[in-house]
Amino acid sequence: MTPLLKVENISKYYGQRIGCQDVNFDLYPGEVMGIVGESGSGKSTLLNCLAGHLTPETGEVLFEMRDGAMRDTVTMSEPERRMLSRTDWAFVHQHARDGLRMNVSAGGNVGERLMAVGARHYGNIRAEAVDWLGRVEISESRVDDRPTQFSGGMQQRLQIARNLVTGPRLVFMDEPTGGLDVSVQARLLDLLRGLVREMGLSAIIVTHDLAVVRLLADRLMVMKDGHVVETGLTDQVLDDPQHAYTQLLVSSVLQV
Amino acid sequence: MSDYNFAYLDEQTKRMIRRAILKGLAIPGYQVPFASREMPMPYGWGTGGVQVSAATLTPEDTLKVIDQGADDTTNAVSIRKFFEKTAGVATTEETAQASVIQTRHRIPEEALREDQILVYQVPIPEPLRFLEPSEVETRKMHSLEEYGLMHVKLYEDIAKHGAIATSYAYPVKVEGRYVMDPSPIPKFDNPKMEMAAIQLFGAGREQRIYALPPYCQVVSLDFEDFPFEASKAEHPCDMCGAEDSYLDEVIMDDAGSRMFVCSDTDYCASRRAAGHVGAQAAALEETAA
Repeated sequence: MTPLLKVENISKYYGQRIGCQDVNFDLYPGEVMGIVGESGSGKSTLLNCLAGHLTPETGEVLFEMRDGAMRDTVTMSEPERRMLSRTDWAFVHQHARDGLRMNVSAGGNVGERLMAVGARHYGNIRAEAVDWLGRVEISESRVDDRPTQFSGGMQQRLQIARNLVTGPRLVFMDEPTGGLDVSVQARLLDLLRGLVREMGLSAIIVTHDLAVVRLLADRLMVMKDGHVVETGLTDQVLDDPQHAYTQLLVSSVLQV
Repeated sequence: MSDYNFAYLDEQTKRMIRRAILKGLAIPGYQVPFASREMPMPYGWGTGGVQVSAATLTPEDTLKVIDQGADDTTNAVSIRKFFEKTAGVATTEETAQASVIQTRHRIPEEALREDQILVYQVPIPEPLRFLEPSEVETRKMHSLEEYGLMHVKLYEDIAKHGAIATSYAYPVKVEGRYVMDPSPIPKFDNPKMEMAAIQLFGAGREQRIYALPPYCQVVSLDFEDFPFEASKAEHPCDMCGAEDSYLDEVIMDDAGSRMFVCSDTDYCASRRAAGHVGAQAAALEETAA
């Protein structure tokens, strides 16, 4: 099996400071990779480099295009990269407000990506939007309401629908459950797990919440001060941490 | 007259504006930035259109100025007087006689010819502005042809009102490339934009000029199941009986009676002079007498 995403020697510096350094990994189709680490460990910098929001200083991000060719997304032209981020990629922000248009109805938010790739039939766009709202458990009657009238959990689910509507193959998630209370978090994780399995999505999830990766991720990467300190299968890393920092991280979780 | 340079602006400024106009004509629908000057009128009163007209006028030109189709409203009268004073050009109210027509929010009903220039006053040249507040981002969207957002606006219209409710400043795509704001003309006028005359657009406060060369392809955006419709009031003109012109609705009294009249005053007057009579024309003349 060939990897969907091949990350080679990615480094990003902020002046003299290290954002992240020499990160390497492969992501295979249908695999969910978790990146954990404390604040400032470089996990969001890495995610933004992979998703094309930041340009890394060194390294390659090779993505398997629909024609099967591996293309470096760092050096490809901006129109191509933006096309990818509208079609094959999805990016779920921590704050739903960053990923939604707050003054456009829920249906318009979901339909935007369809219209951006050329859909021009109102009836079909709307039907698709309603279908996707249903999949993320938002009732059809809310299709014309604005996200400002939605609760935090609903906004996050709407953001997920908006991202998945074009059938992406790779989803980037930055703390998708941050700022939600635990019961809403649990429902969202359940939903995400279902969608990832059902659609065979590959995903990269950045979080500091070990419970989230335990539930969602097949593989785990632990970051500290811009470096990857440990990688492995999620259960293996969490149950038998090898690096001192990972041991600290795992033992810091409060047991209820 | 000798107190002013011809058409108020100095020659260097006019050259700068002409360069912007030529660039605009070369890239139809593209917004060309220009160094807009302070004009002796407030922003929003046509400072962009006036600068474009000033750079376009020659002493041999005949100027017509309309505001919402009418030659006799404040904006039209003051701009016409402005050029009479500063350029000394001939002015007219007859569309066919004019070589340069400055307009606010209308295209004349009479078809324009190849030897005519239509100058629009534009308040907000950026069609994506109300959807995307950042100028950096909108410029990028234009350069990458990312126009999905424009359809989100139309989608919202249909979701809210059951039809595309945008009735003026209806977005168009020019020559299959740039999405352009046609200035706040009613969408009834959109199909007329594929015309023989040169069309120039000036936005003074926003410092942008854009242009359409003659016979340019101009397509109004729409959905397959909600096609574009050039709408107008379902009524003939009460003064001249025209059924093909864009109409103003005028409230006549406190009892709610109303009449519809052509917004293009020259078109209406010339039809009446040719003997066409509308439903209320006779009654109105009696009252006047």
